[in-house]
Amino acid sequence: MQTTTTTLAPPTQQFSKTAGLLLISLGLLGVLVAAVGAQAVSPVLTGGGGMLVFTLGSLLYIWQSRQGKALSEQNNQVWRQDATARGASAWVIGFVLTGFYVLLYWFPETLQGLVQAVEPFSQWLRNRPADQWFLYGTFYTLAVLIMGVFALLKYRSSRYHIIRTISVMFFQLGFAFLLPGLLLLLNKPEFYFSYFWPLKYDYLFPSTVGYLVQDGAALGVFMVFWGAVLSFLATPVLTYFYGKRWYCSWVCGCGGLAETAGDPYRHLSDKSRSAWRWEVAILYPILGFVIITTLALWVNSWSEGKLLGDLSGGFASTYGFFIGAIFSGVVGVGFYPIMGNRVWCRFGCPMAAYLGLLQKHFSRFRITTNGGQCISCGNCSTYCEMGIDVRWYAQQGEPIIRASCVGCGICAHVCPRGVLKLENGPREHRYAATPLIKRDDLQILS
Amino acid sequence: MRQEQHLVIIGNGIAGVTLAQHVRRHSACRITLISAESATHFPRTALMYVYMGHMRFQDIVPYEDWYWTEQELELVHDYVEQVDTAKKTLSLRSGASLSYDVLVLATGSSAAFYNWPGQHLKGVQGLVTLQDLELMEQNTQGIKQAVVVGGGLIGIEMAEMLKSRNIGVTMLVRDKLYWQNVLPLEEAQMITDHIRSHGIELLLQEELQEILADEHGAARAILTRSGKEISCQFVGITTGVKPNVAFLQDSGIDTDKGVLVNEYFETNQPDVYAISDCAQFRNPAPGNPTMEQLWYTARLHAEALAATLLGKRTAYERGPWFNSAKFLDIEYQTYGFVPARFKEEQESLYWQNDEATKAIRLVYDKNTHLLLGINLLGIRYRHDLCHHWLKQGYTLDQVMQELPAVNFDPEFFQRYEQELLNQYYTRFPEQAPPVHQNTWWQLRKRFGLLSDSASC
Repeated sequence: MQTTTTTLAPPTQQFSKTAGLLLISLGLLGVLVAAVGAQAVSPVLTGGGGMLVFTLGSLLYIWQSRQGKALSEQNNQVWRQDATARGASAWVIGFVLTGFYVLLYWFPETLQGLVQAVEPFSQWLRNRPADQWFLYGTFYTLAVLIMGVFALLKYRSSRYHIIRTISVMFFQLGFAFLLPGLLLLLNKPEFYFSYFWPLKYDYLFPSTVGYLVQDGAALGVFMVFWGAVLSFLATPVLTYFYGKRWYCSWVCGCGGLAETAGDPYRHLSDKSRSAWRWEVAILYPILGFVIITTLALWVNSWSEGKLLGDLSGGFASTYGFFIGAIFSGVVGVGFYPIMGNRVWCRFGCPMAAYLGLLQKHFSRFRITTNGGQCISCGNCSTYCEMGIDVRWYAQQGEPIIRASCVGCGICAHVCPRGVLKLENGPREHRYAATPLIKRDDLQILS
Repeated sequence: MRQEQHLVIIGNGIAGVTLAQHVRRHSACRITLISAESATHFPRTALMYVYMGHMRFQDIVPYEDWYWTEQELELVHDYVEQVDTAKKTLSLRSGASLSYDVLVLATGSSAAFYNWPGQHLKGVQGLVTLQDLELMEQNTQGIKQAVVVGGGLIGIEMAEMLKSRNIGVTMLVRDKLYWQNVLPLEEAQMITDHIRSHGIELLLQEELQEILADEHGAARAILTRSGKEISCQFVGITTGVKPNVAFLQDSGIDTDKGVLVNEYFETNQPDVYAISDCAQFRNPAPGNPTMEQLWYTARLHAEALAATLLGKRTAYERGPWFNSAKFLDIEYQTYGFVPARFKEEQESLYWQNDEATKAIRLVYDKNTHLLLGINLLGIRYRHDLCHHWLKQGYTLDQVMQELPAVNFDPEFFQRYEQELLNQYYTRFPEQAPPVHQNTWWQLRKRFGLLSDSASC
């Protein structure tokens, strides 16, 4: 009954890893050439080919480096490696990602070579020319799929994580990439069925509703109906039964990227009490801002601009700039290697704020602590991407019920004593703790 | 503890800190925690994860600095040289002295060495304290081969740590199988195979004879009792721990291996108590050990003593035993009493999967059918419910009525309780399967296995 899972890499594995790195480098070079040398060589060949080669190389490297590691070895040296411990390479990746978002939002013309690279793909999928947003969608989906394989291998011992990872890969590829493309192909309005107000704040703005109903006819009416039902009916009902996780770590595209491409950075979130204070001080005002903006736009629309003039429009574009662009993109993803993979979800996302309020006050979900088994080691808190000090509750035998918890389940996975379990149960005695630990009732915040 | 009194606790491990927290909840007295090991409390169970790079030292520290200030718990980072029980003062290494009204010794333990030739060579060490971790970091820089002496829980942790740095590991285990003095044969065999499958070499029925030096006074090899020489640059000694009581020599506090205490943790000196690893019971309850040196018992000792110090003199009663560990990829939980070798009247239901990564054992008394204990490998059970079964004296048949509710594995995981139920109803065909299965939530409510913040 002996299987060999030694950590010392055999020569063939080392060879495959090197080959993977070579392909990754060639792919990156190809993409670079497409970006700057579109005049000299066909960007479709260098860019498209580069992306393909990069994908193959990444998969080969990921397969070789994760498959050989046993379950208990997956987090070895995470805090000692440059790329995952805010070392030099982490800063380089952070700057490059941030820079890409700056170009994407404010200087899209600089990305024309890359846009051309995905042109045939865009024509095939959507029957219309590529633009920077299609390029971004392609990159984003590729990142979720490639790093989804990474997450599947890393967490392969847990069926919960396998199913959850496949779910985020499916929703990104199907609902956030192919389906919107297909709608365009059929000359229907582009619509993302997996995003709702208040995250996709403009889906309930009068202008979007008007456009969908007018342009999309019956399908457009359905889209408006879908958006409203998901925001105001499905979200409370699903959150009641399963907690916030049904969306944040199973469906959402931002969550999907965080759980896959962002997974190597999850331990970088700040667990201090002051970080929690910042979170509360920033997140809920943003939700308030979205609600006020939406209401103001409707008041304005009904009064035909008489009541508020362009004030509400100004509100909306301010929000779009600061929250939509700077926060969710530039900081949210660009700072992954420095601040962790859920900065946007934790400090900025209005949907997370809404879901969090429901989860805390109106849900059956909790993370149960198993009796008096906690040894206070801190793996749960360290690997919590939302910066929750999970151990604080676990060592007192209390269930963890926090508005910010996205239910990714990694705390339960990294716990060396199997002390934590995500579960849905009756709301009666939801906050009750184990009788096996005498506790200290001090609260960190509220 | 009255407000004007001063409680001094030597040791800031889980025992000392738990005690301080519980006393603080009900008393405004002055509380000081003294530790030479670290400036602030940390869990030593997590030291291995710092070495393996899963966490940094600051990540394993459970409480931020504000906690101690806000709770008004004074921390002193110093070594207690001497205890004067007559004057009720402590002299510290820094030259300062501190007076106490009540003194609690929670000084813990350190690695025990058994006078092997060469045990003081460079590269030979145990792993209990923060200083041990720092030493291990130095001792293992750039080395290729290590030997771990002792087949217990710290031994396998050390082996896992060394493997994480690609250092070859040979473990010397005195028994025929790993941890066979604690685990029944099947579990011991499964863990032994599992350890080997991770590339760790296990030398069974071997003991350390001598450690051989190189020309710089560092370990270069060990010699086993059977005469085998194993080349290595590091020797981990994990053959047990001994209480830290040497500094009490002239204090008038009675010690043997540890500080001698009664069931109230009282020493022979008034207002001086000792708990956890450093305490030794004068008259332990029948069947219980004289010393309990576990994370969990440290916390339980502290909870019991806190009640006494707060005016409600409480004898320590451990309740049903439990423990947990992790052997590389395989988690281990145990509840109640599972003997390594069964007596005549003991029997068990045992199941393990084909891959030999999961196992469940329920031990019971053949005559009375009383549940004695539960062993779990790679499967999690609910502590609250297992505790309830053992405490209430469930028979195996009663356990079977509630078995599916006890599972604590993550959602979507395969459940194996049916395998045990099948075994049970085959072995006892006269017993009828339950008509209705209660969920955990129903049982929790019915038995009151919960404590709301307000009530505790």
